[in-house]
Amino acid sequence: MNILIAAVGGQGAVLASKVLGKLAQNIGKDVKVSEVHGMSQRGGSVVAHVKFGDKIYSPVVERGSADIVLAFELLEGARYVDYLKEDGILISNTQKINPMPVIIGAVDYPEDITQKMAEKNINTKFVNAMDLAKESGNIKTVNTVLIGLLAKNSPISKDEWVKAIKETVPERFLDVNLKAFEMGYNLN
Amino acid sequence: MSKKELLLGNFAVARGAYEAGATVATAYPGTPSTEITEYIARYDEINSEWSTNEKVALEVAIGSSIAGSRSIVSMKHVGLNVAADPFMTVTYTGVNSGLVIAVADDPSMHSSQNEQDTRYFGMAGKCPVLEPSNSQECKDYTKMAFEISEKFDTPVILRLTTRISHSQSIVSLENRITDEEIISRPYDKNPDKYISAPANARKRRVIIEERLDKLQEFANNPKNNLINVEYNDKAIGIITSGASYQYAKEVCPNASFFKLGMVYPLPKEAITEFVNTCDKVYVIEELEPIFEKEIKSWGLNVIGKEIFPTIGELSPEIIRNCLKEAGELNSESLVTYDVQEDLPVRPPVLCPGCHHRGPFYILKKLKLNVSGDIGCYTLGGVPPLSAIDTTICMGASIGMAHGFEMAKGKEFAKKSVAVIGDSTFWHSGVTGLIDIVYNKGNSTVIVLDNSITAMTGHQENPSTGKTLKGDIAPQIDFVALGKAIGIKRVVEVDAYDLEKLEEVIKTEVNAEEPSLIITKRPCILIKGIKFEYKDLQVNSEKCNGCKLCLRIGCPAISFNNETKKAEINKSLCVGCGLCVDVCKRSAIELMEKKD
Ligand code: SF4
Ligand code: SF4
Repeated sequence: MNILIAAVGGQGAVLASKVLGKLAQNIGKDVKVSEVHGMSQRGGSVVAHVKFGDKIYSPVVERGSADIVLAFELLEGARYVDYLKEDGILISNTQKINPMPVIIGAVDYPEDITQKMAEKNINTKFVNAMDLAKESGNIKTVNTVLIGLLAKNSPISKDEWVKAIKETVPERFLDVNLKAFEMGYNLN
Repeated sequence: MSKKELLLGNFAVARGAYEAGATVATAYPGTPSTEITEYIARYDEINSEWSTNEKVALEVAIGSSIAGSRSIVSMKHVGLNVAADPFMTVTYTGVNSGLVIAVADDPSMHSSQNEQDTRYFGMAGKCPVLEPSNSQECKDYTKMAFEISEKFDTPVILRLTTRISHSQSIVSLENRITDEEIISRPYDKNPDKYISAPANARKRRVIIEERLDKLQEFANNPKNNLINVEYNDKAIGIITSGASYQYAKEVCPNASFFKLGMVYPLPKEAITEFVNTCDKVYVIEELEPIFEKEIKSWGLNVIGKEIFPTIGELSPEIIRNCLKEAGELNSESLVTYDVQEDLPVRPPVLCPGCHHRGPFYILKKLKLNVSGDIGCYTLGGVPPLSAIDTTICMGASIGMAHGFEMAKGKEFAKKSVAVIGDSTFWHSGVTGLIDIVYNKGNSTVIVLDNSITAMTGHQENPSTGKTLKGDIAPQIDFVALGKAIGIKRVVEVDAYDLEKLEEVIKTEVNAEEPSLIITKRPCILIKGIKFEYKDLQVNSEKCNGCKLCLRIGCPAISFNNETKKAEINKSLCVGCGLCVDVCKRSAIELMEKKD
């Protein structure tokens, strides 16, 4: 299973990759997780690669080979959709976060992203994770909402997902995160 | 105990140092090496510190090794340039207890100013270099590095790369050794060895060559686990190491492999045998053709940089494409979706509320020539702030400002300033400042003091008031220091006070003597910082859409193209109030404070 998480720095991509890493370990798989720290944490574009299976060599997902691209922001989803394999699924937040070149008016935020994806017959699942996160009681749970939706689209049992979250998320944020996970899981 | 954990490569190095019985760890933070020391600091058994720079960090570790403790020093590739001086000599003197120098390279420059291959330093210093290829090896090789260091009386470089440092894979944990004789050796008082004066050094020079031969012999022996040879299909053999091994293994699962654990010196005999056994041999190495050149120099026929790139990180994809082009693979290309070519880039930016924004806004406004430095504030070089003209290396801003003046004279100096962060100033800025005073320069130096080393993830430094272990430490006073080295004009300003800032900067650049300006405010991301949050909103009646407020480059302010008014994104805004001063129409207003 190859998963690529595409996000904006500060959206919790690292925590999400930890949950996936824990999950893979719990179900007895070999697993590798790779992310780049540093500059990318200051609101830049960030990506984390998660791979698990019987034996994993490269810690990075090859373009055209991801089963899932999990995008925390719409534009980032478009940026990394080329990692998706032919029958892979893009699970994306519909939230838009303007990058600096858009903020200062140098370029526009592309308006037709979802439409273009539809034209190319990409298998997509969009969700307004920001609204659900607000509803769960903490806007920082966007990542967990999306993990919920990912869990629903994975062959791994829900109990395993919940267990991995319990073992990863700090105690005091656990309740809101479990709530956010449920919300994501119960979408279509 | 055999507990398995998913660990970051850097954490595994830390764990290795712990299990090996190290008692001293030093470092200056630098991506991608930082987490090694952060993790080590959690072990009470290991005395650890953030040193002021990598040279000091290495010197402390050399001292503790000679005194009898297994010691590890960590840095990023460019850090080894700073530590090069002691490094090139400690390879002569050798060690007492094991000395491991963990150096993390950054191929593709994810967060670095250049790309360099630390294996060259190993060769230049005639120092053995080990290179792990996953987290388990990060731990194992760290332990081996201590043993090799003691056995061969040499420091050992543990070379990492971003992909190894920052990827996680499964590691089995073991206990820390308890052998007191290893953990604490007697102090080795041996002036003939440790005073590297010409007469002694000349003798050691010979010993180093002998040591290299012995190391080579050691690496040749498969029992020592520094090489890993897997014979499969002998039509293709691949010689590789580190992350490249993992990529190549994924692309060519059926090829024969020669994986190097010690990447300098190379095990000549074993490699020769491998090359002679396989029909065709590729050398796959990231960055420089170091293995390739050496192997070719032995008269062996291998293929390397003829087909693989020298620039940047490798990946399974790059290796696959290169081998395909060379006619070696004929698998089908993977289908990739492409939604839109020219998507807007998303570069990193200064955080909302970051206090560096104020000084940069003013510097741009005053159109000054700004020599910049390395840290979060380097981000002030990109639009819309665009306030920095140069960035070379840690500490260079100050010397360069003096260079501006040497080249163009006093009047030019009145249009120039150097900016530098507090951590970088301690790292290597202070010597530049002394140089300006001593050589009667007139430069103005602005220290952006946010009391932390922010870029690498908030490490303590001499202006923090805390040590790596969290103990209270003296906070070194910039004002007193400036005065002590002979600067008469030292001013401290609140970085959020734009009016005062502008006035101070204008006055100081015009003064015909050196000035030191300290803009003060803790980084907003430091935990437990007291900060008065304001609840702000754009009054759409007053806002005329002039976009002036966008010039401070705060990610929380954006322009709504429909309403043609500025907008504040409440989930990002931290209420620093900086934008309030920038708006000429007072359209950004303070709301009733909700708690
Ligand atoms: S981490 Fe601190 S210093 Fe760095 S950009 Fe953010 S607020 Fe500024
Ligand atoms: S107060 Fe203004 S400058 Fe400060 S974080 Fe909020 S929007 Fe940005």
